[in-house]
Amino acid sequence: MSMAYTPNEMMTIAAARALRNEDVCFVGIGAPSAACNLARLTHAPKITLIYESGTIATKPNVLPLSIGDGELCDTALTTVSVPEMFRYWLQGGRMTVGFLGGAQIDRFANLNTTVVGDYHKPKVRLPGGGGAPEIATNCREIFIIMAMGKRAFVEKLPFITSMGHGPTGRERRALGVASKGPTRLITDLCVFEPDAETQEMTVVSIHPGATREQIIENCGWTPTFAASVAETRAPDAIELEVLRDIQARTKAAHGG
Amino acid sequence: MAKFLDLACAVEEMVHDGDVLAMEGFTHLIPFAAGHEIIRQKRRDLTLIRMTPDLIYDQMIGMGCASKLIFSWGGNPGVGSTHRIRDAVENQWPRPLAIEEHSHAAMANAYEAGAANLPFAMLRGYIGVDLPKVNPQIRKITCPYTGEELATVPAIRPDVGIVHALRADREGNVLLEGITGCQKEVVLASKRTIVTVEEVVDDLKASSPNSVILPSWVIGAVVVVPGGSHPSYAHGYYTRDNSFYIAWDKVSRERDSFLAWMEENVMTKGPDDFAVHAGGRAAS
Repeated sequence: MSMAYTPNEMMTIAAARALRNEDVCFVGIGAPSAACNLARLTHAPKITLIYESGTIATKPNVLPLSIGDGELCDTALTTVSVPEMFRYWLQGGRMTVGFLGGAQIDRFANLNTTVVGDYHKPKVRLPGGGGAPEIATNCREIFIIMAMGKRAFVEKLPFITSMGHGPTGRERRALGVASKGPTRLITDLCVFEPDAETQEMTVVSIHPGATREQIIENCGWTPTFAASVAETRAPDAIELEVLRDIQARTKAAHGG
Repeated sequence: MAKFLDLACAVEEMVHDGDVLAMEGFTHLIPFAAGHEIIRQKRRDLTLIRMTPDLIYDQMIGMGCASKLIFSWGGNPGVGSTHRIRDAVENQWPRPLAIEEHSHAAMANAYEAGAANLPFAMLRGYIGVDLPKVNPQIRKITCPYTGEELATVPAIRPDVGIVHALRADREGNVLLEGITGCQKEVVLASKRTIVTVEEVVDDLKASSPNSVILPSWVIGAVVVVPGGSHPSYAHGYYTRDNSFYIAWDKVSRERDSFLAWMEENVMTKGPDDFAVHAGGRAAS
């Protein structure tokens, strides 16, 4: 049986599958939030989702447009202040996973959401780091979701907003950061995981219909493929239905 | 004790040209009515502090109120750019804007340090990133007990702090519930404070003994502005106007459409015009 779905849906579904019932997940807004809630509504109903606005164990019925929509507070177990969130819960080491997106990424999964061009004379000024710099080092591991493209997957970042494995893949360990950093990068074409030796993000699974050529074309560095590359399991009917339902509810609720 | 003032008088008395001003509210309870009043009174050379500048600072910066912005995430949440802030940073329009950029964790800690009357905040942060290279205010300290190196940032001690809260009682004690962000810390860290509220009631009817209540004697002025945080929201009163946030992208993209919107919706309006956004009373 074949089912029509978009690359973006495949990406969100593959990202959701990475999460486990027992995870305590610090959720970034946008694509990470969709993936995290899809996980909660399918295979991981007991997952604890936490947003930086202070909402703990939230179960939104529609995806929040911002990180602090009332929906997050209304459906949370409890809501704490923002200083408490960053001090006790994030820095306190309570998160098993941080789920991030970004504007640009390099082969060692360092992220840029700050600026393109010179910091003081920017070509493009992006929003900045928000919670990401500390999420990246204080969560036990990091998942990243980003659609591929040469402007997004770059050889060298103009600015490191949050650290993956460091500019050469060695800095994270050298700095003595105890958490694992990015262990999975889910894109619209494939899934990357860090090589055990070099920490370079390496293609371990290709989505159905996507090709190695497409991945190479849409990557600003020459990507490495694992010795054995799997085919990502296609979305099943339930995953697609739940994802489309929450997106339809969200669209209706935001009036966009 | 807090004075009950109208918004124009409160801004006139508390907010001066050149002040360091923090207007907080993390998505929730953003004090838009107060921001509009500051724009109408044409305050200049403000140093604006907010974790998420949001549309309120997009509007104030686009109208020329600020010479500096201290922030940690400067976008239109879930929508895209804050175009007026970008125009100020990239093209110096309508005037140059210096920026001092942090992470959320650092700013939250810095507000807390301000409230705690400490000179600086300390965190396990900024590890392996570029922000400390462009922001000399981000420094390091060595733990005297373990030798661990930790990041520091100066405490935030604004001249003026402005927040929106749910309601005040007749004494001027103020209640916040829901996502409370850094509002408590801002009020306690600031030299002068304005709190705008949805309504004044005989009994605050806090839903828990642990609700956030700011006593009247830590507040400078309480101002009643129903609907005063629209298009942000007030927990139990009205919800976030997400469609406004989406529509702002188009309004703010060009200077002309932005100025026309500000003329029609801010310069020729007043605080009472926010009342149409106020929901039903939550307390009764």
